[in-house]
Amino acid sequence: MTKPYTIIIGLEVHVQLLTRTKLFCRCSTKFGAPPNTQTCQVCIGMPGTLPVMNREAFKLALKTAVALNCEIADFTKWDRKQYYYPDLPKGYQISQYDLPFSHDGWLEIGDPKDRFERKKIGIIRAHLEEDAGKSMHDEVAGQADSRIDLNRAGTPLLEIVSQPDMRSALEAKAYLSELKLLLTYLGVSDCNMQEGSLRVDANINLHVDTPEGKVATPIVEVKNMNSFRAVERAMEYEAGRHYQVWQQTHQRLGDVPKQTRGWDDVANVTRGQRHKEESSDYRYFPDPDLVPVCVSEAQISEARKSLGELPAALRTRLENTHGIKPYDSDVLVSAGRGLVDYFVELAELSGDGKLASNWVQQDVMRTLNEQKIEIDQFRLQPTQLCELLKAIQDGQIDTGRAREVFIEMVASGKSAGEVMEAQGIEKVDESELVELCQELIAANPKIVADIRSGKQQAAGNLIGQAKKKNPNVNPGRLREIVLDLVGKM
Amino acid sequence: MSLTREEVEKVSLLGRLQLTSAELDLMTAQMGQIVAYVESLAELNTADVEPMAHALDVSNVFASDELRPSLERAAALANAPHHDREFYLVPAVLGE
Ligand SMILES: [Zn+2]
Repeated sequence: MTKPYTIIIGLEVHVQLLTRTKLFCRCSTKFGAPPNTQTCQVCIGMPGTLPVMNREAFKLALKTAVALNCEIADFTKWDRKQYYYPDLPKGYQISQYDLPFSHDGWLEIGDPKDRFERKKIGIIRAHLEEDAGKSMHDEVAGQADSRIDLNRAGTPLLEIVSQPDMRSALEAKAYLSELKLLLTYLGVSDCNMQEGSLRVDANINLHVDTPEGKVATPIVEVKNMNSFRAVERAMEYEAGRHYQVWQQTHQRLGDVPKQTRGWDDVANVTRGQRHKEESSDYRYFPDPDLVPVCVSEAQISEARKSLGELPAALRTRLENTHGIKPYDSDVLVSAGRGLVDYFVELAELSGDGKLASNWVQQDVMRTLNEQKIEIDQFRLQPTQLCELLKAIQDGQIDTGRAREVFIEMVASGKSAGEVMEAQGIEKVDESELVELCQELIAANPKIVADIRSGKQQAAGNLIGQAKKKNPNVNPGRLREIVLDLVGKM
Repeated sequence: MSLTREEVEKVSLLGRLQLTSAELDLMTAQMGQIVAYVESLAELNTADVEPMAHALDVSNVFASDELRPSLERAAALANAPHHDREFYLVPAVLGE
């Protein structure tokens, strides 16, 4: 299993911030509008126009950087990154070069299945920049021209650059999932990868074990990964490919220029792309059209106050207060704040976090999936579901039948009590249960002998018979009584 | 300090300017003079001067996130050399 190398991965994530308007003009950022209907003189780069920074975009960016434990610069400015591309109408992108508004943060990742140790992934910097437009070329149709839509040009993006701290494809995926969850909880981005609200580029190389120590291989940048799963697969593929190249060439970091490769999701391979221009070739310089931004301590502490409870703290609270396992808290927190609130209310009402967690994760979440709805559209309030949970806790109904009652409650909107009454479900007295067990034991000597010889699962047959006689019996309790009586024989 | 011909060649490539050999010579000389002129600032002692990021002593200028009408598409496309009434058309961009 141990490989003769360590995988080194760093990720660059671009997220679109949830503003109504663009970063430097007041055109809409709404996705899906007809091409070139959301542009103005500023975002298509007409001469003489001036950009003005969107206050909300800066606020959302600041909030995110604070949540990522970044240092916030008290002075920040914007620079022009020059390159020619048809989807970049000004001939430069307004970005941040040497004085980003935030730097040196971290995000902690863990694996609910414990396949790697909890660790902090360093954040080198997060900076605020504008997006480019979109170019489309239909090679199949043999079109001579590419078509350009500038609706997206000028949309605010937060670029979050991690340290090369990830050591496996799994860690890379975990980092992305945790980052997306954090951004979703902060409400700063919808993180929709299909619509391009979240984009990922990866830098990967290997530290290969050699007789003279660890040797770093050339870094490759991987693009065009359209899902977190694609990132995971691309990183697995690249690690293998890097090792093969190393064995053939023994090229080290610095021997060749940085290569850019694109992930082909269908063929499951990466392919080489054009060589990236050196960063000095972008000829960054401060944008004279924008003034700097100074951030005060008061603004930073205001941003900190606006964070709310973040996923990591929320998981810990659910585990500590409601006694559920990290795996369960992870499922619940990943399902969103609404579901967590539902769970907490149900756990408090029923006084049993584990029971509440099981029902929310299985029955409630399944129903939401089936009905394609969110928790706030779900028919049963926690108080209503709790009535059913109470019936289970009282031994009035077993889990199997409770599931049937649940389905009926969701379908009809009736209360647990009403459904149970309609289905003739009532609690069977303890004395009645004991009597039934005694009858069954007397009538089934062979099964009793099996149980006595150590085959406890033979009791299942008796429980089956009991349920036929009276569907209301609680199988769990029945089993206890049967085993107890047989044990005393 | 003056510019080399190679430097001017590189800058013209980055700026997508196709210069003839004679133009390159001319630009090398003229741009060299401009750089040398700006270079004279280096004679000043700026040890106690705080660097500025902007010519104006102004900071924190923001606009509120309120939607304003965009251009009509026809107006936006009007200055484009080629368009199909929906998109700007440009010479084929392949790869990536
Ligand atoms: Zn605009």
